[in-house]
Amino acid sequence: MITKRIIPCLDVKDGRVVKGVNFLGLADVSSPVKLAKFYSDCGADELVFYDITASAEGRALFTDILTEVASTIFIPLTVGGGISTVDDFDRVLKCGADKVSVNSGALRDPSLIPAAAKKYGDQCVVLSVDARRVDGQFRVFARGGREDTGLDAIEWIKSGAANGAGEIVLNSIDTDGVKSGFDLEMLQAVCDAVDVPVIASGGAGCIDHFKGLFHSLPRVDAGLAASIFHFGEVSIPDLKRELAEDGINIRR
Amino acid sequence: MIAIIDYGVGNLFSLKSSFAAIGAETVVTGDPAVIQRADKLVLPGVGAFGDAAERLRRGGLDKLICEEAEGGKPLLGICLGMQLLFDYSLEYGRHDGLGLIPGSVRPIADYIPAGYKIPHIGWNALWFPAGKPASPLFRFIKEGDCVYFVHSFCGAECEDSVIAASEYGGLLTAAVARDNVYGVQFHPEKSGDVGLNILRAFCGS
Repeated sequence: MITKRIIPCLDVKDGRVVKGVNFLGLADVSSPVKLAKFYSDCGADELVFYDITASAEGRALFTDILTEVASTIFIPLTVGGGISTVDDFDRVLKCGADKVSVNSGALRDPSLIPAAAKKYGDQCVVLSVDARRVDGQFRVFARGGREDTGLDAIEWIKSGAANGAGEIVLNSIDTDGVKSGFDLEMLQAVCDAVDVPVIASGGAGCIDHFKGLFHSLPRVDAGLAASIFHFGEVSIPDLKRELAEDGINIRR
Repeated sequence: MIAIIDYGVGNLFSLKSSFAAIGAETVVTGDPAVIQRADKLVLPGVGAFGDAAERLRRGGLDKLICEEAEGGKPLLGICLGMQLLFDYSLEYGRHDGLGLIPGSVRPIADYIPAGYKIPHIGWNALWFPAGKPASPLFRFIKEGDCVYFVHSFCGAECEDSVIAASEYGGLLTAAVARDNVYGVQFHPEKSGDVGLNILRAFCGS
């Protein structure tokens, strides 16, 4: 059977990993290439790179870095951040990305998902959604969670999947950064709404949170996290070993 | 030298990089003379079967690949490149393949129960068929190792050639071989060290 995926996420600005990382034995912790290699060797099933650069120079640096990562690391790579057009897909796919994640770009231009899916296939298009509870509804937020779009998250995700998004990343703003566990209620609602793989993001603080995620919601395909991996609070080898011992199907 | 056959289908960056990582010299080419000179051939591919088969035919590469393979040159088809090795595919109509491996290509949905997500995408384990010696392609890996799949169609009617299967509600063809012709449904260039070890075995075949 398909294994549950563990996915570390790296924010990259001007070619360097930001938010900080804290590893023993890794001299240059802000090098995306070294970190990617480290995570790949640890057993990460996939890597996500978010380009949070605003400038054209930063963007060019990002694609250089991506090319270097893709020529060193041989696991699936997903790229997000600043993807607004089909040309942006083309730019990062040429550098060795396997999937491209869209968020605000798809909110601004809903035709982006079907256009990219038609050109590169559904498996290439990931819809990433930041959502939080507003007036008893799961609401989509844009621009890194700062702007309430007024859209119902479940409806937005359903239409995204129907239009060609082959995978959904659900980031719950309500649980993000709190480290008290994934947002199981919101994830359940998404899993009930779509047939494509769902990746849980936001809220993981310890190994038990991943166990709870995969046991409570068997339809969730992957757990994504950033800082708990970067700061060594959860080590991926420990996480995968404990999940496997707990009966979760994991790549070892 | 290994020729990675370029016929305008898909991105060959990762494939070329993964061969480089194991120290194998490759050239990405659609030039018949280079393909003839190469020691080994890799037929990659993503996308739709009909379009890819047509591109091969248009450039006359279909005949050339068959001649080279029939002459004993090792050939590895990857993903859609593996599917092209079969007699025909039923993806959006019926399209002829290269006919190097007896069998056809059919929707995964025909082989698994309802409720499983399609495409079959993610890391899944390889199982070797009982009663057959393990393929030389897998001599550096072990049964149960995981590789990365992305596909909605799969090899069918090819039991004699199957060298590995994946389990996804039912058994799906993961790899086939017939003499010097190999095909893998998964992406070795995205399957970490296991994938590199499969490529390494092919390089030494």
